[in-house]
Amino acid sequence: MQSCLLVSAPLDADADAAISIRGLVKRYGDRDAVAGLDLDIRRGEIFALLGPNGAGKTTTVEVLEGYRSRDEGDVRVLGQDPAAGGRRWRSRIGIVLQSGAGDSQLTCLELLRAQAAYYPDPRDPVEVLELVGLAEKAGARGRSLSGGQRRRLDVALGIVGKPDLLFLDEPTTGFDPEARRQFWSLIRSLRELGTTMLLTTHYLDEAEELADRVGVIAGGRLVEVAVPAELGGRQAAPAVVSWTEDGVRRSSPTPTPTAFVAELAGRFAGEVPDLAVTRPTLEDVYLQMIGQPAEEPAR
Amino acid sequence: MSAPSSLPSLPRVFRVRAGVELKEFFRQRESVVFTLMFPVILLVVFGAVLDYEIGGGVSFTQYFMAGVIAAGILGASLQNMAIGIATERSDGTLKHLAGTPMPKAAYFIGKVVQVLAVTVATIAILLVVGKVLYGIDLPSGTQWLTFAWVALLGSAACTLLGIAVSSLPKNGRSASAMVTPFALVLQFISGVFFRFDQIPEWMQTVAAVFPLKWMAQGLRSVFLPDALAAQEPAGSWELGRVALVLAAWVVVGLLLCVRTFRWRDRADG
Repeated sequence: MQSCLLVSAPLDADADAAISIRGLVKRYGDRDAVAGLDLDIRRGEIFALLGPNGAGKTTTVEVLEGYRSRDEGDVRVLGQDPAAGGRRWRSRIGIVLQSGAGDSQLTCLELLRAQAAYYPDPRDPVEVLELVGLAEKAGARGRSLSGGQRRRLDVALGIVGKPDLLFLDEPTTGFDPEARRQFWSLIRSLRELGTTMLLTTHYLDEAEELADRVGVIAGGRLVEVAVPAELGGRQAAPAVVSWTEDGVRRSSPTPTPTAFVAELAGRFAGEVPDLAVTRPTLEDVYLQMIGQPAEEPAR
Repeated sequence: MSAPSSLPSLPRVFRVRAGVELKEFFRQRESVVFTLMFPVILLVVFGAVLDYEIGGGVSFTQYFMAGVIAAGILGASLQNMAIGIATERSDGTLKHLAGTPMPKAAYFIGKVVQVLAVTVATIAILLVVGKVLYGIDLPSGTQWLTFAWVALLGSAACTLLGIAVSSLPKNGRSASAMVTPFALVLQFISGVFFRFDQIPEWMQTVAAVFPLKWMAQGLRSVFLPDALAAQEPAGSWELGRVALVLAAWVVVGLLLCVRTFRWRDRADG
């Protein structure tokens, strides 16, 4: 686990960067909510920001969205400082808030039409409803929708302005597994439309499923940035072979699991009882990174 | 990237927001019943129960007409704005809007259109019901002019005050719990339900701080014969002072709004 690979070297703050952050600091009183954060997100990329509550995820994202001021650092979102972003800049970003877009007496279609009227070059509201799978709810009022449908409506409101960059703050919290899978396919179809996305989530499987790269934030700092499969040097970590022998559960780390299993098979002359070969899951490496007590520190 | 197309024009966004605000109000049963119909119910009930003469051959209902219209304006503006905006702040509507390229002014334009529409509807219904059920004498000639400026100035002051007050409560529900009793007490001491000259003097003094008393007084000059001006504590309608106090509240309300308005919930940092 020592061999933390820094897979992607920081990009230059060039035209390819949708988001570029250097030395971001945000203080609440004498507490550093964000304590010197550097990050680049490329155009067209889906980037997932992972981290426990209070790690600085939402604060960071809200600085990028222009909701919060910062105390130090240089931040560029679509080439502009979000603290000075005007209507023109706002028309190029879409925001799906954790809290959603609020209650309304308007129908889904009316809400989308109103929202589209704020943007210079919006998508067709009817097409957006189809894209998020709410076409048959066009005439339904926002408050009559289920939780999952409301979240889709929030996304519809976030994308109707045809943003170059979409922020998604914990978009699937409270979803059942079926709703979450449907939501994921919606996000994938948005990627095909070329939208850059910054996603914050609690769900590791969500990050693994959707993101091109994952950043883990803890204590206001970015602990690591990597593609999901390589986070925490996961792909290089030794495999663990476990089996049952003489009624005792045994396990052994090995760099050569195939040879190890072949040898085991010879020893048992046939099926190895309860054989399993595992590598650290994203959750294992994640918990270790954010400083949660690992179950088996020296595996 | 394609060539940047121009941002939608302000009038267009203003129109869209006005449409949104009108739908939000008139489609919500609670707001229609409590804000729009409540003064009408008051007029119907009080007109039937308090059937006496206040002097000079004028019925109490004629007197109450001025008060209930003032209360209706208060409900459509101060109460409606305080509760409505507090709700939109706590449920995330405001934060969402602040994240769009909607010009901020458009939100307030939408609210003003909503207040005006509700106020005009309330007054129209009250006048019709008062005329049909209780034979109220409607204003005539220049009285309409007084009616218009008192209603407009009062509603501007109360709208701004309502927007400012919306920042105090934690959410929509506590806004309602806070504003509704306040408005009710204000109505009791401002000469809406009782003759203002019969209210204890110290209560008159308290009421004189707030706009409702002055709206009711200005509207009494519209609905009552000039002979009854002698019944006022000041002995006259004091229209100049009505205009002055309401205008002062417009200024104070505007300053409070500018200083206190927040697009996000306090719990949200």
